[in-house]
Amino acid sequence: MATVKLTINNRPHTLDVDPDMPLLWAIRDVVGLTGTKFGCGIAQCGACTVHLDGSPTRSCSVPVSAAAGQKITTIEGLSKNADHPVQKAWIEHQVPQCGYCQSGQIMSAAALLKQTPKPTDADIDAAMQGNICRCGTYGRIRKAIHSASAEMASAPKMPKSTPKIGKR
Amino acid sequence: MNTNANKTGTSRRGFLKATSLTGVAFALGFSSTDAFASPVLNLSTKPGLALPEAAELTPYVIIEKSGRIIIMNPRPEIGQGTYQSVPALIAEELEVSLDKVTIRQTGGEPKYGELWSQAVGGSGSIRGGYTQMRKVGASAREMLIQAASQQWNVPLSECFAEKGSIVHKPTGKRLPYGQLAETAAKLPVPKEPVLKDPKQFTMLGKSMPRPDVPLKVTGQAMFGIDASVPAGMLYASIERCPVFGSTLVGFDAAQALNVKGVRKAVKVERVVGKNRYEGVAIVADNYWAAMQGRKALKVTWKHNGHDTFNSADFENKLRELAKTDGVQGHNVGDFDKSFADSASQVEAFYETPIVSHSTMEPMNALAHYKPGVDAAGDKVELWVSSQGGDLVRDEVAKVLNVPADNITVHVLFNGGGFGRRLTQDFATEAALLSKAIGKPVKVVWTREDDTQLGPFRPMTFSAMRGALSADGKAVALQHKVIAPSIDATMNATYDKTKPDATMLEATNEQKYEIPNLNTRYVHADVHVPLTYWRSVTSSTLAFAHECFIDEMAHKAGQDPLAFRLAMLTKDSDAKRVLMKLKEVSGWDQPLPEGKGRGIAQWEFFAGLAGQVVEVSKDKDGGVKVDKVYCVIDLGTVVNPDTVQAQVEGSVAMALTAATKAGITFEGGQAVQKNFDTNQMVRINEMPPVEVHILAEGGPVIKGVGEPGLPPLAPALANAVFAATGKRIRKLPFDLGSV
Repeated sequence: MATVKLTINNRPHTLDVDPDMPLLWAIRDVVGLTGTKFGCGIAQCGACTVHLDGSPTRSCSVPVSAAAGQKITTIEGLSKNADHPVQKAWIEHQVPQCGYCQSGQIMSAAALLKQTPKPTDADIDAAMQGNICRCGTYGRIRKAIHSASAEMASAPKMPKSTPKIGKR
Repeated sequence: MNTNANKTGTSRRGFLKATSLTGVAFALGFSSTDAFASPVLNLSTKPGLALPEAAELTPYVIIEKSGRIIIMNPRPEIGQGTYQSVPALIAEELEVSLDKVTIRQTGGEPKYGELWSQAVGGSGSIRGGYTQMRKVGASAREMLIQAASQQWNVPLSECFAEKGSIVHKPTGKRLPYGQLAETAAKLPVPKEPVLKDPKQFTMLGKSMPRPDVPLKVTGQAMFGIDASVPAGMLYASIERCPVFGSTLVGFDAAQALNVKGVRKAVKVERVVGKNRYEGVAIVADNYWAAMQGRKALKVTWKHNGHDTFNSADFENKLRELAKTDGVQGHNVGDFDKSFADSASQVEAFYETPIVSHSTMEPMNALAHYKPGVDAAGDKVELWVSSQGGDLVRDEVAKVLNVPADNITVHVLFNGGGFGRRLTQDFATEAALLSKAIGKPVKVVWTREDDTQLGPFRPMTFSAMRGALSADGKAVALQHKVIAPSIDATMNATYDKTKPDATMLEATNEQKYEIPNLNTRYVHADVHVPLTYWRSVTSSTLAFAHECFIDEMAHKAGQDPLAFRLAMLTKDSDAKRVLMKLKEVSGWDQPLPEGKGRGIAQWEFFAGLAGQVVEVSKDKDGGVKVDKVYCVIDLGTVVNPDTVQAQVEGSVAMALTAATKAGITFEGGQAVQKNFDTNQMVRINEMPPVEVHILAEGGPVIKGVGEPGLPPLAPALANAVFAATGKRIRKLPFDLGSV
């Protein structure tokens, strides 16, 4: 056992766990955030996808100790009011069926759009083929990603860099 | 589906009023706070919050004094949309929109089983409960109207329901339901309430948002695997032998118990129908520790000769059995004579694989066995993803020998069902383990457990024979199914001398006017547990049947659609589906070289759909699926967007079953263990799907969840033939090299 300090959804957590415990189980069983799902345990299905410093990561295959010091975002922390453009597009297109894989799908899609704001269908294929949906919501996922992309493009943007204001 | 309308005798609390005819009740006198005591979880309840403990039983409609309207949904949500569609049937008649309603899931309590089963399967929820659930809402509405008319001392005819209130038409006065419910609850329940004119529907028949969707895009939706109880819950991972039929000789848990967090190693039994399988549970403080402990566990199994079972031998056995006659299922005319006398004959043999359900949420259950402290006896409480709270209750009662009334079941969102969660082995096993260790325990299956341990969808092999007249008409058809039996692997009382209706499913239900039709079943024994899979045996038999119709069309030198229509001279839903497919797919427009389209339709217990698949040859000897057109025949539709989603999903599932490995056996166990080898169709492989719904209203209501599945494999294989000249007679096949 070891003490591991995690920052999940901007909140600090101190865990007393086996450092080899996959991040997935630390998030679910120890921290108690159950939106991140267990699907396969070998990074084949994407149900456990979270962001580590913004990158989509299969939390079932990352030891909790390796996530220490990184900014971890789970589905619960993607937005404050379920209003991330991807979540809104998912509702607009009524994407989920059983919904079990959708946390992972949404986290993968959000990461894709951050990296590639206007993804082509090929970009979507490349970014999303690690996420299995047994209900077959793929067509709606594709449409929803395009919708979210369009909304993000039309939303007013903050300037990329704001001038620093120092003391006179 | 079950409509147990004649059962009576459910006990009622003084403040409840209900009838077994309508299932309406008003429950009053609860505290008006959110601490509503319910036998079921609010499906969005977050773990760690106190779970409701009290069990005030109330039928489907509950109106609190606070004004809150609660609709009890008896049909588990497995992705098919019953969390919206079933409550909408009640809410439409009750004149309240779903976003103003709290929806709760029933847990198999007998009172909710008075009207119909609380299990989801067979695409039965809407077709089974459409009128019954509307009557529930309409009765409640009429009682509220009557209460208002009494209170205002005005004629009933001057009052109507609107948006959760009763309105007095002449004066415009209105009273919200919450203020009328107490009076309404004292009134007799109308036995035959007046249903709304469908023209007045605000929800039914329209694409409506599903209330579970916002929960599912924020991680708030609670699945069985997410359930927890606040005090003393342990986790378990169970080592079971992947070689079916093995028995446990012994185990050494010394090293397992050395793993930090591991508490116990306990023998536990899994019951699947008539089959009992032993396992060793590693119980720990967290699931990861349980899995680590399981890796360190040493178990000795005796395989009882089953470790030589393999797919190649079993398939050869089926091919040998195909030479026997089997038992007759259905017969019209004289097949043998017609076949012998006809101008030309066609014969072909088709094969399909065993496949897994592979719900994205692996099997799991949280169970708490509570030894009795009084005469009431032992109690069991379970939190599960299950396709039927009543199924859980009954099976736990049977396996643990506990009175059903002592069992409380919380049905959460199912992370996929597809028929797998109709078998409650995961629940009884967890309950037995909880009993053994005296603690609440959450058992979670690994993906490997879920993939290898079944029960599986059986394969079917089909020996097809057909005959054509000199003018190219189909005059005789024989479909002989050679297959193991779902029923035989589950029930000890199976009778091999009788035709197996499930294994011959729908082979005699197609509307084709073929004067000589014969269906036969050749039973193959197998010890591997088998069960229902989305669209059951139609998922494989449609492939053989509808590909063979194509082969007959080819032999007759006719267009496959024209050949089918020539066998459908009378009006039928099947004919209507094919005509619509012809129109929407542009069937008569020639495709360029290298492309092809195929067609298939299938009518079975769940309903009817047809598909046209378009494919194109790629330069590497493979084919690409360009487009799927689907026409689904419903009669009456509740939520068109959900129907579209179900068809899209059926196509994906059928495409996986047709083109991915499936489950094969070597050394007595499934070769495939996880998604790396048991592959599923992914986003890059998903074709565009265009869905057309035939629904003009009226009394006919067909199913939604399954009919989109059976036509895909035959339509795809027929399209491959059209594009390449290659007949696909064995599933799975590789789209990359046909």
